Amino acid sequence: MSLNTLWFILIGVLFTGFFFLEGFDYGVGILLPFLGKNDAERRMIVNTIGPFWDGNEVWLVTAGGAMFAAFPNWYATMFSGFYLALALMLIALIVRGVAFEFRSKLEDPRWRALWDWLAFAGSLVPALLWGVALANIVRGVPINEKMQYVGGFFNLLNPYALLAGLVSLAVFTLHGAIFLTLRATDKVLERAEGTANRLWLPVVVLVFLLVGASYFATDIFQRLGVNPGIPAIGAGLSFLVVGWFVRNNRYGWAFGTMGLGIALTVITTFHGLYPRVMVSSLDPKFSLDIYNASSSPYTLKVMSIVALIFVPIVLIYQAWNYWIYRARVTGQSLKY
Amino acid sequence: MDGLILSRWQFGITTIYHFFFVPLTLGLSILVALMETLYVRRGDETYKRMAQFWGKLFLINFAMGVVTGIVQEFQFGMNWSEYSRFVGDIFGAPLAIEALLAFFLESTFLGIWIFGWDKLSKRLHAVTIWLVAIGSNLSALWILVANSFMQQPVGYTLNAAANRAEMTDFGALLTNPNLWVQFPHVLFSGLCTAGFFMLGICAYNLLRKRGNVEVFRRSLSVALVAAVAGSLLVILNGHTQAQHMVQTQPMKMASAEALWNSENPASFSLFTFGNEPERKDVFAIRIPRVLSLLAYNRLDWEVKGINQLEAEYQAKYGPGDYAPPVALTYWTFRAMVGSGFLMAILALYGLYLVLRKLQLPAWYLRVLPFAIALPYLANSSGWLMTEFGRQPWIVFGLMKTAQGVSTAVPAWQVLASLLLFTLVYGALMVADLYLLVKNAKGEVMAEKAPVRRKVAVRAGGAR
Repeated sequence: MSLNTLWFILIGVLFTGFFFLEGFDYGVGILLPFLGKNDAERRMIVNTIGPFWDGNEVWLVTAGGAMFAAFPNWYATMFSGFYLALALMLIALIVRGVAFEFRSKLEDPRWRALWDWLAFAGSLVPALLWGVALANIVRGVPINEKMQYVGGFFNLLNPYALLAGLVSLAVFTLHGAIFLTLRATDKVLERAEGTANRLWLPVVVLVFLLVGASYFATDIFQRLGVNPGIPAIGAGLSFLVVGWFVRNNRYGWAFGTMGLGIALTVITTFHGLYPRVMVSSLDPKFSLDIYNASSSPYTLKVMSIVALIFVPIVLIYQAWNYWIYRARVTGQSLKY
Repeated sequence: MDGLILSRWQFGITTIYHFFFVPLTLGLSILVALMETLYVRRGDETYKRMAQFWGKLFLINFAMGVVTGIVQEFQFGMNWSEYSRFVGDIFGAPLAIEALLAFFLESTFLGIWIFGWDKLSKRLHAVTIWLVAIGSNLSALWILVANSFMQQPVGYTLNAAANRAEMTDFGALLTNPNLWVQFPHVLFSGLCTAGFFMLGICAYNLLRKRGNVEVFRRSLSVALVAAVAGSLLVILNGHTQAQHMVQTQPMKMASAEALWNSENPASFSLFTFGNEPERKDVFAIRIPRVLSLLAYNRLDWEVKGINQLEAEYQAKYGPGDYAPPVALTYWTFRAMVGSGFLMAILALYGLYLVLRKLQLPAWYLRVLPFAIALPYLANSSGWLMTEFGRQPWIVFGLMKTAQGVSTAVPAWQVLASLLLFTLVYGALMVADLYLLVKNAKGEVMAEKAPVRRKVAVRAGGAR
């Protein structure tokens, strides 16, 4: 396996980790004003992701850094091409992170209500925009022979991408609801279970709509062939099975399969892209791939050594973090 | 205005804003870890209260640093895509490593620390805050590996076919001489910032008899040591850094000193009011020979001036304007050095009194809250000077700033994002300051002592 492929996989892994972990963070943020009817309940909801959200967000920062280091042209083309969308996402992420930290530092109810709504908006916007961004990468955007995006802002808001945005929003919200069923207690727990039950079917419908739309909007079906492979089929199955677990109150399993579904969807997307990293809608020759977008072999080698040593270490201590705080959040032990 | 100017504004605003929070994170993480270690070692609850009080302020500040840091990492691709393509092979690596080694460490263990007071053993809990401190300070190392390449490119080769710089020696990036004068400077300024931040808050509360007196008394001692160590080390190190700068970026030094023409021996500008377009002094007070002394440790040595350096660069790099904005470089340099010395004097005076077991006078305690502004002024003006002084280069000698800007982004989008970011930054700064002030004020004690006109607080030793 070439180092270019290894880095393509590594970045796929980083985005998989990011969507799996930060996915439920977003969902919890989106559900915050609706599942928490008073301050104590809303505090509980924020505290379910309290020890985790900051570490989860680093997956995105690392994925961005890895794109920069391994595929500078991908990083440059995508970030400058999706400029305004990214700026909006960054503002949402700024507001969201600060909201979690600031809300509980003052007793004032108006202060807390303000930050709760900002946490909601700051979670909703990226949950939506990630679907839009990924869909555009796969569908193809106008990239010219100089690797420059020439499509303008509104080109990104095509129906297919918007549908994908809706799907990522719905999927993350369900993921967050299921996460809450594992960590919340009392009324919040009941409401989270209710939400998971209500959300599951719409999510499945949306996911399958997106799969159907992908047939027309992208070349992913042709690339994957008659047998799309275990990840693609597994992704579809996972989202179906989630409903069965939710209905039978097996929320631990539901969370696992939900995460699996998200992970396999990211893997399928990357699989469908390979070896391209950004598809040009103007001419396939202008697409960015793991060769014309990549760093030099030397840099890839250095980065591979660093990644192979430190990614496992990070995984170990993040797992430890989740292990320490596996218990449900109760009225005590609130920090945020 | 075109996209270049707007992008430069956005980069400047974002970076200065981000660095408003970073130094306090660097320094305060270490001091909180130290206080908690004292608690574990001595079992004295006061140290725990100290760690928790400062820990809370640390968290408020940390959040702001983290969220603005994401913009910091993404804006290279967003606004400086051509720069990113040109140096990505080199510059991307330290950024990715920063995230992988430092951001994961600090963020994950901070989460564990916040929720772990009753969950973990005392000793393990103290370890987690040390890991946060190590992570934060490691992140400074890696981002400065990246920045040092912009100041002094090393370990690379130019690939003409791909039109980019490529890494040839990762070790050279890590041993970049610029890094090892710059990194200590940032570390020490972090310590100094945390010291003055704590000093101001301690003084405020001690003067008004708010909160737990013992907490603030001991914190004051910790803060004084940090402030003295930080400010003195930052000055000493700054001197080394300036001498390094004369060697590697003489134009930056010439601008910082408003030295229009080469001098031998070179005089040091105490105060210059200059005419930048015509490159001459309008009014100046200069001390003979001192610049030669500062730059080379010799009283008779030539320091090159802006005009001569520009001629040199024109011969080497082709026609063009190679002088940075002189007034900006000059005044930001003075703001940094001036506040640095002021901090050293203030901190030394306080430590002297405390060591001699003398009372800290009320005027001193009244001044300290205002002195919190000093490290912020020094940090911001220091970076402004460093980055402005390198202009017109984005990577010294290799690429000009104007060549680095994104070509795919229309100016209206940059304007929109610039306005949005500035608005959000402004609003959050208000919220942040409000929250810091609210949380920095200790509770008013019930049995308040009778108000005296001259309040003098005895700031004893740590016991």
